[in-house]
Amino acid sequence: MVVSLLLRQARRILLTVLLGGLLGATLVRLGPGFGVDERELDSRLNADSQQAIRAERARDNNIAAFYFRYITGLVHGDFGFSRSLNRPVSELLAERLPLTLVSLGYGVLGGVSAGLALALLTVWWRAPGADLVPALLSGLCLAAPAAVIALVFLWVGAPSRWAIALVVFPHVYRYAKNQLVATSQSPHVVAAQAKGLSGWRVLWAHVFAPAAPQLAALAGISVSLAFGASIPIEVICDTPGVGQLAWRAALDRDLPLLVTITVLVALMTLVVNGLADLALATWNSTTRSAA
Amino acid sequence: MTGKQKFAMVILGVAVVASLGAAYISRSSYSEQFREAISAPPSARFWLGTDELGRDRFARLLYGTRVSLLLAPAAALLSTVIAGLIGGAAGYLGGRWERIVTAGVDLFLSLPWLFLLLAVRALLPLNTSPVMSVMITFLLLGCLGWAAPARIIRAGTRTQVNSDYLVQAAASGVSRWRLFWRHLLPNLRPILLAQFWISVPVFILSEANLGLLGLGVSEPLPSWGALLRELENYSAVLRNPWMLAPAVLLVIVVSCLQLLLRTEESAPC
Amino acid sequence: MLIRTVIALWLGAALTASAANELRFCLRADPKTFNPLLVEDENSATVRYLTGGVLIRLNRYTQELEGELAAKWKVAENGQRIDFELRRGVRFSDGTPFTCQDVAYTMHQVMDPALHSPVGDSFRSAPGDVETTCASPSTASVRFPAPVANLAAQFDQVAILSVVSPRKESAVLGPFELGEYKPGTYVLLQRNPNYWKRDANGHALPYLDSIRLEIQQNRELELLRFRRGELDIINKLDPEMYDRLSAEMPHAVADAGPSLDWETVFFNQVDSAPLPEYKRRWFRSSDFRRAISEGIRRDDIVRIVYHGHAHAAAGPVSVANRFWLNPALKPGSGSEAAALALLERGGFRRSGGTLLDSAGNKVEFSMITNAGNKLHERMLALIQQDLARLGIQLNVVVLDFPSLIERISRSFNYEAVLMAITNVDLDPSAQMNVWLSSAANHQWNPNQKTPETGWEGEIDKLMQAQNASQDPNKRKTYFDKVQQIVADQAPIVFLVNPNALSAVSANLRNVTPAVLSPQIFWNADRLQVGGSLVSQR
Repeated sequence: MVVSLLLRQARRILLTVLLGGLLGATLVRLGPGFGVDERELDSRLNADSQQAIRAERARDNNIAAFYFRYITGLVHGDFGFSRSLNRPVSELLAERLPLTLVSLGYGVLGGVSAGLALALLTVWWRAPGADLVPALLSGLCLAAPAAVIALVFLWVGAPSRWAIALVVFPHVYRYAKNQLVATSQSPHVVAAQAKGLSGWRVLWAHVFAPAAPQLAALAGISVSLAFGASIPIEVICDTPGVGQLAWRAALDRDLPLLVTITVLVALMTLVVNGLADLALATWNSTTRSAA
Repeated sequence: MTGKQKFAMVILGVAVVASLGAAYISRSSYSEQFREAISAPPSARFWLGTDELGRDRFARLLYGTRVSLLLAPAAALLSTVIAGLIGGAAGYLGGRWERIVTAGVDLFLSLPWLFLLLAVRALLPLNTSPVMSVMITFLLLGCLGWAAPARIIRAGTRTQVNSDYLVQAAASGVSRWRLFWRHLLPNLRPILLAQFWISVPVFILSEANLGLLGLGVSEPLPSWGALLRELENYSAVLRNPWMLAPAVLLVIVVSCLQLLLRTEESAPC
Repeated sequence: MLIRTVIALWLGAALTASAANELRFCLRADPKTFNPLLVEDENSATVRYLTGGVLIRLNRYTQELEGELAAKWKVAENGQRIDFELRRGVRFSDGTPFTCQDVAYTMHQVMDPALHSPVGDSFRSAPGDVETTCASPSTASVRFPAPVANLAAQFDQVAILSVVSPRKESAVLGPFELGEYKPGTYVLLQRNPNYWKRDANGHALPYLDSIRLEIQQNRELELLRFRRGELDIINKLDPEMYDRLSAEMPHAVADAGPSLDWETVFFNQVDSAPLPEYKRRWFRSSDFRRAISEGIRRDDIVRIVYHGHAHAAAGPVSVANRFWLNPALKPGSGSEAAALALLERGGFRRSGGTLLDSAGNKVEFSMITNAGNKLHERMLALIQQDLARLGIQLNVVVLDFPSLIERISRSFNYEAVLMAITNVDLDPSAQMNVWLSSAANHQWNPNQKTPETGWEGEIDKLMQAQNASQDPNKRKTYFDKVQQIVADQAPIVFLVNPNALSAVSANLRNVTPAVLSPQIFWNADRLQVGGSLVSQR
């Protein structure tokens, strides 16, 4: 049963990823500036050379043909060739992906941990104005552009991966706090408190635990947020990760690179969200059984 | 309404009124260049000094408030409404529909929408007014920014779907449509309001980041996003700390919105 | 604890000492290629400059040609042939001897039409093959199908490859060779142990042991690292950073004066462009274009945007290009009255605060520029206000670079453009593809089958004439006339020539900042780390 569920999920993820790649390629193809090359402005090149550059760029004009070639290559582990960086895409990813995954890991874990911790603290310490400082902090993090946060980190010499955490944290804090406050007002919590259970036990076992599967929905969003934040942060901090690569690819309309990154982001988002959904489904079915 | 919420309302009201009355409050227009007073410090003439083109920072802040304070919440409202409908419907309907919508949302989150924004910019006539251009940008942000909130709203909906009040209402013969609109959506209000509150600064900053690609507000119209981009010049900020005024104002407005939109959690209705 | 501290300090000192004779600066991005024949981007060009051995080198400081691998050379047959006497006893970095066969091999590779090399295209004045004959291992004669303008100077870009070395393009004749490359992080160049050059005292060059090129896109970070002493030079500093650094470290900055680059504005004059007919008439009117040129206050652009580190431009030759400059030309005055007089002559009139054309159309148009360039965005804001004085409404549109290129070279869906033009060559023949009406880079109206205006036809004739002549004075006369026509017709409005700004660590010796790129490390083989102040002009 679990195996068939996982296989179904895997099939869904594969189809969605492939569709995502095609749609991403289409968006890039339809965007302005596709197929142009800044070498066209080089006045040293003669007409034949300029023509050759245009012909080379026009090769990817037919998006269906491009995507067919891309998928065929993908099956053999060939992700295409990056024209903007003059290297195979697989090589670029092999160099940069580990760095970005580590940054994303720190960013997501850091942001989620900080958001959850502050939300729990706010709920536990139910004094008036208890959420003032976390709210101001999350407001400040929301108000500061990712680029500015990255620059501050640069300036103080702190690792840029934590800058991603500051971008993720306010989203997690806000949602988590609302969810935990809502749960803390449930009848079962009131009953537990009335029975004399300790504050921490009530908070952990009766407030946080029931809300946890819903909070799992944050996982997928956090990954998307973190990747989105990694782009300006890696660009500003000059971290040679996938975020910087994505920015470069977007500026140069590097189709194979952009499609590969789209596929990668889709895969990451789907896998993380799939796991979150699984957790939520499990909790819902457990709740129904208990009822 | 609590005292704090009234206070937040007053602050927001002052900000909106000040931005609408910018022409009367500020002595200069946002585009006027005082070329003999470049990067001037605050003075009686220029309350927040001038920028690197000699433009009155205070005037630009007021006019920028008008752009950002009106358009960003509108875009946030749009994205929240779309997210509420799509995420709420997906969670409510469940089963195959939920799976399809969820996959669609995940796909939506992964696509490089930047190119759609670039394509729209390319389609707009070059002589589109800055106001129209920024309105279209925020409209697009609103139309594209629903996916992440939709996921959260869907998760919230799933936990509500089997709640006693809904089961009771269904047992009483309430139609599915009415259940969704009159019973479920109101109980999603805390989540919806949280998403709205978060989306406002996100869209303001997104507009700023889009400026790096030629989207967003065009000169000379100011916006908070464009003003916040100036903070990237950190050493200028250290020398001229009044450059932080837009960031401070944004934090104040976001905090006031948060206070204003916070409701006491109530029993399901 | 004390022992650990001592060890750490010693290790730190040792590490610093081992890198003490290493020059460190930044590249904006990874080099796209290490093959010198395929170089098209600036970062690859930097690596080529430091590793490639050339026959003739343009001295960036004196702007004179000097023999490098060629002890002597002679241009013959009116620029169709060049004879070299090669230095003897020179070896590639892997020990392979350098002979005429290497020159022949390199020229054959460069001129391969399938390569589409910008260097090769610079030599390609007519179809046909290039013949290199070797009367002896140390003499080479290269003959082209047709005369090539400024032939000797073109060899500054041709890094000689070895025909026999198994290391292919990794075997070099320049002062440094590629040691290590970590993509996205750095390129390490190491001293070429077989470099042929020696200083006046007979010591082997280069003085440096290595050059570390950090890959760094972020300018703020680059400046921060320079301040911390982690970098020795910043080539091409922007004006704001220059002033910032100048305030803290006045001896670390160098302003070499106006560069060869331009900031320009031009209007769309393409027949097939999707423009309303009345706007096409405006842009084709020389009075209109000259009025715009007169109305723009270049002094304000120099003062406000460039913080004084630029020079108002009068035409297509920078004041830094001493020989080719037409001194009779003057930049636009920035005078509202002069601009309005020209507009009136062109049939425009003021109605209230608005300028109208002869048919009553309000004069309003858009100007595009590339996004992410703060200097351009500020310039546009200034120009917008300058033209508002004349009653013209200018709509500013910033676009990302590919979108901009598409509009100006493919769809021609634009009205006016603000663009920077980078110029690496002193000789006007390098600008043939800009001034010839049939050329693709004749920006305002490219690829004309026949010149659409009399003045463009005149420019075509003059440019062909200067290209065909070998007499520098005759060439100067022709090109002076081209400059005058350009000033009269203003197809391109030249705004400013930005200055060549750089930052140099006090530790670096023998630095003489030049205007021509590469500004600081043009004499990399003689730079030394450790010692006195930068020498400035």
